[in-house]
Amino acid sequence: MNRDESVILKVENLTKSFGGVMAVLNVSFDIRKGELLGIIGPNGSGKTTLVNLVTGFVKPDSGRVEYRGRNITGWAPYRIVGLGITRTFQMVKPFYQLPAFKNLVVPLSSPRVKRLAGGRYGDRDAVALDLLEEVGFERDSRVSYKSAASLPQGYLKRLELAKNMALRPDLLILDELFSGLSLAEVASIVPIIEKLRLQGKTIVMIEHRLKELFRIADRVMVLNYGEKIAEGASDQVMEDPAVKQAYLGSET
Amino acid sequence: MRKRKERIDRGVKARSSDIYALTGVREMLYLLFPRAIPVVGLLVFIPLLSPYWREVFISTAVYALLAISWDILVSAGLVSLGQALFYGIGSYFAGALNHYWGLSPLWTIPLATVGGGLLCTLMLLPVLRLRGIYFSMVTLVLPLMLLRLVEATRILGGTEGLTGLTPFPSPLFSLYFVQIALLASLFGFRRLMGTDYGLIIKGISDNDRSVMSAGINIYWYKAQVLFLGASVGAFTGAFGTHLDMFAGMPGFALDYSIMPVAAAVVGGMGTFAGPMVGAFILVPLSEFLRALGALRIVFYGLFLVIFVVGLPEGLFHYIQRKYEKFERWVVVE
Repeated sequence: MNRDESVILKVENLTKSFGGVMAVLNVSFDIRKGELLGIIGPNGSGKTTLVNLVTGFVKPDSGRVEYRGRNITGWAPYRIVGLGITRTFQMVKPFYQLPAFKNLVVPLSSPRVKRLAGGRYGDRDAVALDLLEEVGFERDSRVSYKSAASLPQGYLKRLELAKNMALRPDLLILDELFSGLSLAEVASIVPIIEKLRLQGKTIVMIEHRLKELFRIADRVMVLNYGEKIAEGASDQVMEDPAVKQAYLGSET
Repeated sequence: MRKRKERIDRGVKARSSDIYALTGVREMLYLLFPRAIPVVGLLVFIPLLSPYWREVFISTAVYALLAISWDILVSAGLVSLGQALFYGIGSYFAGALNHYWGLSPLWTIPLATVGGGLLCTLMLLPVLRLRGIYFSMVTLVLPLMLLRLVEATRILGGTEGLTGLTPFPSPLFSLYFVQIALLASLFGFRRLMGTDYGLIIKGISDNDRSVMSAGINIYWYKAQVLFLGASVGAFTGAFGTHLDMFAGMPGFALDYSIMPVAAAVVGGMGTFAGPMVGAFILVPLSEFLRALGALRIVFYGLFLVIFVVGLPEGLFHYIQRKYEKFERWVVVE
């Protein structure tokens, strides 16, 4: 078989309905190694369900997810993470009882991290503090030691990103990382994402902030009512009549 | 010379939990004092009491152990209403080994602790995916089912139970044995929850999806916690069996399920010390109230309601908060 080696994630005809509502309908797409794919679409168009299907949090009704040639459809989330696919949650999910850096000790205790580190975990607290610095927690301030419950949204989003980075992923799926952030906060997170790309990570971004997304995305896919209606370079996609209609409403 | 008030614990807590650098005897005593209370109280004070009250405190320790076993399950987000399952299984496990094979308590208790813990874990494994009230319902029903099973099939002595089991050498031995087990699980579990392993457990109760997305199999961890909790419960049952020289249907009684929950609510959940404090209030209290006859349950219930309404965080959390706010006068230079 002649398989395109650079495709790392292959999604075929993925379908999921919730009690009669088609959340995702026959969606197929490929992700190539090292690219940044943006997924956009109006509210309720099935973007987050798509993420849940790919990462194993929701089982598809039909369809197939293939990662590096391996069929991972319906796998448990922790096994998918073990392969190197990580995700952030749109509604951040920190451990509110714990200090920020202790939040990272949980992913740093995963079997994947142990395997990649050659069977040892090392000093998890120190690694956690380094990671937090990487995503913009100022080292000399006490913010890394504050409880997650007391952190503002901007820091929680960065913490969410750091939790993914702790797992040393190959493919990151960022579900509306920018939502609820100010322009300045978004501007400070963009360089972190660009740095991740330079490290060779493949990234999928679900976004509503189109301007920021288009600046960094290689390719954009548009969903509407659970179906893929367009795919291509960002400027092309926005010229597509189906996309215009989905975003601006019917012209009749 | 000007003076001002300063919190005694200033810096002590942070330094002791992170870098273990204490600067003097006073700081060591500050940390040692609360930990010395249960040790001295249990091992020195209680053995001095009259035989009657010693016996009360043996059953108090039994309930305290069950409450701690309840608390470890709660730490992983598993709300159990069925500590009686663990107690009953441990009780029958040790009783059967002693009755049918003649094994001494030296063997039956460790075997019942591990074997009973495993058995209970296997029984609850299919429902481990259930959350909140659904898990609780199953744990509530299981001991009641087993109770009727024993009654209907007449296995393990049926309604008569297994009698004439090997007793402990002396009442004082029983007292020390259960109290040392209690202290070991109290400090052991508190230490465990402070490690990175404990952090994952806390994470599961806090937000299980987040732990899943961190590449960790939460059901594997929940099963481990279940085993730990069930083992402590089964140990308690095995101990009770040899104490009463009897294993029977009362081992699955609702008391063993309800009391640990009440103790944890009064004492404060999630600290292991809290549920223990709760048990040490509720069990002796119910003995005190024995003089009131039929009204006992009324007063007992009233006390519970007042406590839960007046101090919903639990006694231990309250005391801990006050202790950490303790102030002293210091000279201002």
